[in-house]
Amino acid sequence: MTDATLTSSINTSTNSAVTYRRVSLLFLITLFICLPFANLSINTLDPWDELSRIGAGFLAPSFSNYQTLTEALLNTLAFAFQGVALGGVCGLILSLFYQKTVIRQFSAFIRAIHEIFWALIFIQITGLSSATGILAIAIPYTGIFAKIFGELLNEVDHRPIDAIGSQSNTLNSTLFIRLPLAWQHIKTYTCYRLECGIRSSAVLGFIGLPTLGFHMETYYKQGQYEEAAAILYVFFILIGTARFWLKPLLLPIYVLASIWFLPWQSYGDWSLFTRFITEDIVPGPLKYAQGDLLSQSAIFADWFTQRWNNEILPGVLNTLILSQISLIATGFIALLLFPWVSSLFFNKAGRFTGHSVLVVMRSTPEYLLAFIGLLIFGPSMLPGILALALHNGAIVAHLIGLYSQVLVLRDDASTGINRYFFEVLPRIYRQFLAFLLYRWEVIMRETAILGILGIPTLGFYIDSAFEEIRFDRALLLILVAALLNIVVDQIATWSRTRLHIHQRPGSL
Amino acid sequence: MRLISRLTVAVSLTLSVLFSATVNAQTFTFTAIPDQDESRLKERFGKIADYLSEKTGIEVSYIPVKSYSAAVTAFRNNQVQLAWFGGLSGVKARSLVSDSKAIAQGYEDQFFETYFIAHQSTGLNASEAFPMAIEGKRFTFGSKGSTSGRLMPEFHIRENFKKAPNAIFSDVGFSGDHSRTIALVQAGSYEVGAVNFKVWEKELSQGKIDPSKVKVIWKTPTYPDYQWTIRGDVDAQFGQDLTSKITEALLTMEDKALLDSFPRSKFVTATNQDYEPIKNTAKSIGLMD
Repeated sequence: MTDATLTSSINTSTNSAVTYRRVSLLFLITLFICLPFANLSINTLDPWDELSRIGAGFLAPSFSNYQTLTEALLNTLAFAFQGVALGGVCGLILSLFYQKTVIRQFSAFIRAIHEIFWALIFIQITGLSSATGILAIAIPYTGIFAKIFGELLNEVDHRPIDAIGSQSNTLNSTLFIRLPLAWQHIKTYTCYRLECGIRSSAVLGFIGLPTLGFHMETYYKQGQYEEAAAILYVFFILIGTARFWLKPLLLPIYVLASIWFLPWQSYGDWSLFTRFITEDIVPGPLKYAQGDLLSQSAIFADWFTQRWNNEILPGVLNTLILSQISLIATGFIALLLFPWVSSLFFNKAGRFTGHSVLVVMRSTPEYLLAFIGLLIFGPSMLPGILALALHNGAIVAHLIGLYSQVLVLRDDASTGINRYFFEVLPRIYRQFLAFLLYRWEVIMRETAILGILGIPTLGFYIDSAFEEIRFDRALLLILVAALLNIVVDQIATWSRTRLHIHQRPGSL
Repeated sequence: MRLISRLTVAVSLTLSVLFSATVNAQTFTFTAIPDQDESRLKERFGKIADYLSEKTGIEVSYIPVKSYSAAVTAFRNNQVQLAWFGGLSGVKARSLVSDSKAIAQGYEDQFFETYFIAHQSTGLNASEAFPMAIEGKRFTFGSKGSTSGRLMPEFHIRENFKKAPNAIFSDVGFSGDHSRTIALVQAGSYEVGAVNFKVWEKELSQGKIDPSKVKVIWKTPTYPDYQWTIRGDVDAQFGQDLTSKITEALLTMEDKALLDSFPRSKFVTATNQDYEPIKNTAKSIGLMD
């Protein structure tokens, strides 16, 4: 999945070492700025009853409802295949024009909105239907694919294009020279993205689509941990074995089968779309307001000020604090765990265990981790930080673990701790920072799910707005969140350039 | 700019495709808010669908939803025509769909209650008067859109403290579900919580609650809660007297196995008027415009 990155060159110089140190220090400084504002108190009283129930559930999972489970499993795959396929096709088309600014901005915008939020919007227009689930995955993935494919097309060997002369930027040269050259990478990346698509598809169950997440959330909410564990185990196996059955050649078959299994269906019509655009998202007070433009803008300004003070400002602050601390914690966990899946440190059996642990960590829903943390530590940012850091740390550890395998060490290289600190760490550090920067915006989006901890992040307010059927507020807050994501993305890109990380796409 | 107009065309074409596969709800469909015991929903509510089908002579189906707002949206978009709503979600749904009306409520819903529960470490005991000593504690509501888990407790908290919950408690959480509220207060993660009394009693009888760790410290005054709400256009869409047939079927439901799905002892008539207090409360604490 990351062979593109694996081949990227490895050269360290004293100069870049200084830059790494500076960037790392900068991150640590932001950590110390954020820490005083974070509530990290621990209030533990009686978690053991509930924890032992959870433990018992995981020891004795119940597969008695295997019919529901099978149906949910197939739905999860069907949504993922169709969503990623549609996103892939649209992304590929957009990527042909990726040098145009408007296309780049459009792609950045649509991928800055989490698939859950896309789904919540589409439920208003296309109802609870296959269309909603497919589009909720396809739209943000289009943005991601457009970017990655655009970069891949841009990075192909330029000699064949130069050979045909001056018109090297036309659609024809893209279609007939760049595309074939980049095709192998495009296929590999699409397969990697499918694993993410399956996770997204499961997550969409939390808001009502009939995927694994639907039942997982239900059983968890009811405290039926035996059943919840069964679904989670199925999910682990699905993700853990993905590299064996997710092959580019088989993709068309999977996609056709999923279209047959889950035909395109929607419950909306134009009137719902029109209503959403012309009524639902009009700021509340303006719907009833009379009068001229001036008084209307005053009403709007008043509404906006309220949103700014009550939701946007506290939401952005909490989101930044939580995600910043979680990001650093993610980094530490990744550095701690990556050797476990690297051939430089462990033999085959050891790496198998490492891979299994990482699959479990990155596939367990964050809210379950957050709930266990909440039982143990009580309500504060701590369970949230742990949930986000464990989940994302496992993903980054997995990626740098794979990356580290291409390092060629001298036969007499040191072993153990010395090998880690003096041979491997300096060589992977740049890549590690790049992966971490990529996860930054992901972590920020994921802070949304932590309402149970009572942390009012932007996502918490967006969720509240949807729950209160106030789409005007929801849309404004989604736009703010998208903007924040774009800013973070820009900073990350800028830092990568500063770091001279020639980041081959495919590791996002 | 040409690019933008091309994009616009592409988007409209996409939307046309989107709606071309629209399934108009030919089958009379109902849903229920996911409030308690969500597992085996299809099985339990499938039986209700069969019962309604048998009584009305038309095909009735059930779709499960995951949140209060999803139930309201499905009702508003005519994806479902009948719904078992909570007090607050019902009021919202009826304000969004003109001519829709509450037709039946559970017998118990005429005088529903919220229990405030506390962990034993707080030393709080049951009282008639509102427990002012909960100030400064860690507090959790249930789901954000719940009448018994959010609306009514928040109303009473604001009434008694004259302050917003955030200014009263050290932490304010939304557990997302009544049974999570009980689990979290029993574990002491939150010291105080607000819970639907029916769920509390059910879990107590199932032995899921350890009375030495968590207990009821206050009961709210009663208020109207759950009800069946039907869209105003079903008669035109499905036949002249469907509303009255459905109402009749609900009010005469006697099979205990069916009623246990809710769980209610029986259904009695309800009107939109019955829920005015809920609407006013929702407006007073800013949950509705």
